[in-house]
Amino acid sequence: MDDVTALTATTLAADVRAGRRSARAITDAFLDRIAATDGAIGAYLAVDVDGARAAADAVDAARARGEALGPLAGVPVGVKDVIVTRDLVTTAASKILAGWRPPYDATAVARLRAAGAVVLGKLGCDEFAMGSTGEQSAWRATANPWDLARVPGGSSSGSAAAMAVRSAALTLGTDTGGSIRQPAAFCGVVGLKPTYGRVSRWGAIAYASSLDQIGPLAATVADAALALEVIAGLDPRDATSIDAPAPALTAALDRGVRGLRVGLPREYLPDDLDPDVAAAVARARAILADAGATIVDVSLPHTRYALPAYYVIAPAEAASNLARYDGIRFGARAKDPADLDALYARTRGEGFGAEVIRRIMIGTYVLRAGSYDAYYRQAQQVRALVRRDFDRAFAEVDCVLAPVAPTPAWPTGATPTPLDMYRADVFTLACNLAGLPGLAVPCGATAAGLPLGVQLMGRPLDEATLCAAGQVIERATGPAPRAPWPPRGAA
Amino acid sequence: MIGLEVHVQLATATKAFAPVPVAYGAPVNSLTDPIVLGMPGALPTFNRAALVAAVKLGLATRSQIRARSRFARKHYFYPDLPKGYQISQHDEPLCEHGAIDVWIAGARHTVALARIHLEEDAGKLNHDGPISRVDLNRAGVPLCEVVTEPVLRSAEQAFAYMKALHRLVRALGVCEGDLEKGHLRCDANVSVRKVGAAAFGTRVELKNINSFRFVKAAIEHEIARQIRVLEGGGQVERETRLWDGVAGISQSMRGKEEVADYRYLPDPDLPPLVVDAELLAAVQATLPELPADRLARLVAAGLAFDDADLLTSDAALADYLDAAVAAAPGSARTIATWIVNELLRELGGRPIADSPVAATALAELAAAIDDGTISGKLGKDVFAKMVATGDGARAIIEREGLRQITDPAAVRAMAEAIVAANPRQAEQYRAGKDSLLGFFVGQLMKASGGRVNPQLASDTMKALLAGA
Repeated sequence: MDDVTALTATTLAADVRAGRRSARAITDAFLDRIAATDGAIGAYLAVDVDGARAAADAVDAARARGEALGPLAGVPVGVKDVIVTRDLVTTAASKILAGWRPPYDATAVARLRAAGAVVLGKLGCDEFAMGSTGEQSAWRATANPWDLARVPGGSSSGSAAAMAVRSAALTLGTDTGGSIRQPAAFCGVVGLKPTYGRVSRWGAIAYASSLDQIGPLAATVADAALALEVIAGLDPRDATSIDAPAPALTAALDRGVRGLRVGLPREYLPDDLDPDVAAAVARARAILADAGATIVDVSLPHTRYALPAYYVIAPAEAASNLARYDGIRFGARAKDPADLDALYARTRGEGFGAEVIRRIMIGTYVLRAGSYDAYYRQAQQVRALVRRDFDRAFAEVDCVLAPVAPTPAWPTGATPTPLDMYRADVFTLACNLAGLPGLAVPCGATAAGLPLGVQLMGRPLDEATLCAAGQVIERATGPAPRAPWPPRGAA
Repeated sequence: MIGLEVHVQLATATKAFAPVPVAYGAPVNSLTDPIVLGMPGALPTFNRAALVAAVKLGLATRSQIRARSRFARKHYFYPDLPKGYQISQHDEPLCEHGAIDVWIAGARHTVALARIHLEEDAGKLNHDGPISRVDLNRAGVPLCEVVTEPVLRSAEQAFAYMKALHRLVRALGVCEGDLEKGHLRCDANVSVRKVGAAAFGTRVELKNINSFRFVKAAIEHEIARQIRVLEGGGQVERETRLWDGVAGISQSMRGKEEVADYRYLPDPDLPPLVVDAELLAAVQATLPELPADRLARLVAAGLAFDDADLLTSDAALADYLDAAVAAAPGSARTIATWIVNELLRELGGRPIADSPVAATALAELAAAIDDGTISGKLGKDVFAKMVATGDGARAIIEREGLRQITDPAAVRAMAEAIVAANPRQAEQYRAGKDSLLGFFVGQLMKASGGRVNPQLASDTMKALLAGA
């Protein structure tokens, strides 16, 4: 039987445009796939069956009228729950937003819809995108489709898991310190974190505004490139969005890496790196070299300070961004508070999970008048140095190859302390501090069959080079396989 | 010592960070959108009209204007503050070290400004017994906070400064200046020290002075309170007090142990605010003559200070004056007197735009009085006819034959007729009853319909009766 859900978004859209498939049939196949898989995977927090079918029917009707169809016509997509969707419950996986129906679409979602994509539903994540495992969700943890006893990574957990099991043809995630790339690597899919400002943040529920960026997770580099082309571009509603022409990514996919200079930053390849992860990077290095790239050792000397700087800046902005959840205008409100202070304290105390409260407290502390200079200002200075490291490296190389995470996916419940979890972001967060694009692309698997990924980081606005190099790796290792179904490790 | 922080509501069509109209008296919470409501995922974008207004105010106050300033988030929890923070400016304000010229009792003073920064307004709470309702129509309206150095020395000076600021922002057109609608709201920092003491005393912040009807009363009350504390052997507490304009008292709102820490954060949603030479030049080109300069010019042109002060309180009024003076350059003082004494009374509080008398018509009247064509007394009749008909002064004077009789022979002929008609009174006058001169002059004025210059009437009659 023809399994529609195994096809790429690029193929599905081409089929719909050519009339080989109906958008409705594709959407129904993906809704069936969700019904079959999601009980065990837990990628979705909400599935909008009626809305998806109506959107698919609208695409088919447009085609029947002879209208030109968009580049994602009939492609079923899933959207991370920190990205707002009009009239579709959006909670950021937090109790404090239980039942909230936004009156508007995020720009990225609006652009997906305008391109013909069909929104299937909302994907689970760590609460307010704060976490690296998906276990910080207020509603449900997501399982790694390759091994249900392991975490899918986070915070875009559902976005990665849904792609791995193909219960969506394309998903949106957000990446503040690695939240697209790390779960993509854990789940064996492609994850693209765009240049800061490339994609409008309008409608992205803010975690850390100067670091947040919406990006696609996809089955192939080509699909990720196609999705980014659709969602990228200046948005007057986001004052930090960049006024640059839409990237011609799909056109750049096949240009290869001949003559490309690829940097290997020594700070990203410590001696104690997990052997499987180190092997994946070595494999990618060999593939790129074979394809004609020049591999250059580079240094990003301030890398070791990036992690502490990130965990000052991100919580500071988080504490500020989350001040609006006060129970007054939307979301949950504590019942029968004694007075206004109690209303705030109980609404927030009951509504936020432990990790969110921890980051709010850290952020509140570092922004106090008495600690601002020692923490926040200092962290901003480190951030400038991290950025300068990359500027210098990119004077010599065209992109940088690095691990995504220090290890493959770890077992559920095995993250002993918050600090251990923070340390797992060590290879991804510098990219956010510097505002650079980063691509996670699958590159082999462990002996036990767990996916491994590698990361490419590039110059600002140069997603094209990352996609070209990523596709070289993808072609050499074979397209990322769909997670087996029924899954391994299922009871 | 007194320092004032005045929030000036900028007269923009839309809010500071959202494409939502600014209006007064709209249905509760109708002027909102996801940005104003602080909804998840909503982002601010800055309204450039507010920047232009703030730069205008900065230039008019001779401030140093930063080429790059930043918005900062000021955090506190209150139901009228939707995001849990106010977008304001902190350590990189738009304007610093400016000054505002203030006329106090006929002399020009300069009040130093510490800063002028941009920020957004909060909403309003409407209290109804145990229930408070939030109205966010005002939330996000752009404000300039204008902060003086602690240089004001009395409640009178503070009041004069408020008046000058009010005048300035209206003349610039950056604020509608309607005090009833809270377009200017004032907080004051007040401290007292002994005469001759170098160090400032402990500062108390007075909030909620709002209408500047209360500025004088609130500050006088606070000065008296601090002196009472010090003379009673106590110490002034560093605190924030809330002024109750109805009761005429202040109450402690927050003591020093509860000093607010706003946890300022440069706003990551908003890029630095850039003011380049092009913008400065464009705004500079729109600056009108400032009220304090205008007042100086009018006093130099011969106006009485009080008239000049009153006439520069409203730019439209001063424009009217200037238009009239342009038509009758020699009659500035007379024009001013007539505006203040007659025209404003006639208008009874309506704006000058409603004047039934055109500026050029009033200029004609003033010139006719100044050149002796008519007497000031007759001028009032002419003015009344101008109001009634809308005609010019000269036209009325000619039509009604009101031109002053200045020919001595004509006056003498009239006088002779009156003396001839009143032989008994002439006899009594000549016998020494001087007081009858008034009777004869009165008869002459009456016979001429008031058109003879009173001095000429008196001189002529006196000479005639003396037998000259």
